[in-house]
Amino acid sequence: MALVSGLSAALAPLLAPLGALVRRELRLALRQRGDLLTAVLFFLLTAALFPFGIGPEPNLLLRIAPGILWVTALLAVLLSLERLYLSDWEDGSLDLLLLAAPPLEAVVLAKVLVHWLTSGLPILLATPLAALLYGLPAEALPVLLLALALGTPSLSLLGATAAALTLGARRGGVLLPLLTMPLYVPVLVFGVAAVDASLAGMSARPHLLLLGALLLVSLPVAALSGAAALRQTAE
Amino acid sequence: MNGRASAGEIGAAPLAAEALACRRAERTVFERLGFRLDPGGLLLLTGANGSGKSSLLRLLAGLLRPDAGQLSYGGTPVFEDLAAYRRQLHFLGHQDAAKPVLSGRENLAFWCRLRGAGLGRLEAALAAFRLEALAGQPVRLYSAGQRRRLALARLLAAPAPLWLLDEPSVGLDSAALASLVEALEAHRAGGGLVVLATHVELGLAAPQTLALGEHAPAPLEPGEWRW
Repeated sequence: MALVSGLSAALAPLLAPLGALVRRELRLALRQRGDLLTAVLFFLLTAALFPFGIGPEPNLLLRIAPGILWVTALLAVLLSLERLYLSDWEDGSLDLLLLAAPPLEAVVLAKVLVHWLTSGLPILLATPLAALLYGLPAEALPVLLLALALGTPSLSLLGATAAALTLGARRGGVLLPLLTMPLYVPVLVFGVAAVDASLAGMSARPHLLLLGALLLVSLPVAALSGAAALRQTAE
Repeated sequence: MNGRASAGEIGAAPLAAEALACRRAERTVFERLGFRLDPGGLLLLTGANGSGKSSLLRLLAGLLRPDAGQLSYGGTPVFEDLAAYRRQLHFLGHQDAAKPVLSGRENLAFWCRLRGAGLGRLEAALAAFRLEALAGQPVRLYSAGQRRRLALARLLAAPAPLWLLDEPSVGLDSAALASLVEALEAHRAGGGLVVLATHVELGLAAPQTLALGEHAPAPLEPGEWRW
């Protein structure tokens, strides 16, 4: 107990500034609703296009549904990643974030958390609607949602470093997906495999566990590499 | 006014630089640069555009690493414990770091909280730069000079002994200039340190001057840079 209270007393000076950062980012997102809606609308509209392109073939649509839904979710997250540090970099806030009280690694994780809350989470909430377009059976939906809940935070984390590295690059918007997409392959593979397994009546558990493991690995890697990339950008 | 801190409260210490050198890309911006600034002192950076005033200020803020030389605050090398040093300084760059969709007060409160400072001095800081009436408005309605005043209010809202100011007077009207000079002199009277780059004659009392052109190396020969 003494250890816990000692630890929380030591962390309190760091948690208050980080809480302020998260609240500010959320407030910015809510006041710029256009930004907030871009990712989720992109996801829904792109997912809706495929049935039009492929035609009303229920078996085919169901077969490709896990892959299409995952790829569109991944692209929607990628689309919103460019903005992660862009406005802070343009208006000089990034310098002050670097000089702030909490370690830069914690600042990166706080920014990524808000990015997920404003891109991954809305996508997750819109997924049942998108799944309806493909006639995904109700028993596969919880697995898809769980896989997305475990996988989309990894997408935000893995892309954050590239978002920092491409600040100031002339074609940052194009460079960012090129740097990030290869890192997304494992998340995509296990995410789709989880849904495929549940559609085939097999256990999705191993795939979900692997998605969880990817998330746990992404957390420290993204914090350290993201902070290093931001320091590099500030020079 | 309680927007200011006394010397004991802010714990100022001398800032000293020895043989600093800075390179940006392929260009040496300055080398063999040294100074010593004691509490209450003000170092005025002068020099033409491109002489390295902004680079020196970023270096003093710990945002850039020197390529050679030693920077120490209170006798301890700055880069040994950068986090502790950063808590001692305010950096005001060319940009105002204000979000257009937040109000002036929200912007200022955020920067105070991010430094781990309370909001006790917030209203006094806004008043010092005559922003009380504007503070509730979104910053996108501010003029350039008003945004600059909001950035300057950060200095008073969360006390720190070392102020690093890059062209703080850009866009300010004469009344705001007077507020800036007043804030600078009050900070120095309280034992604070100021490093200031400016092209404008602010009429500050007894500044130390560092002319950066003198430390600049010769221009690059053709072939020494790449496109």
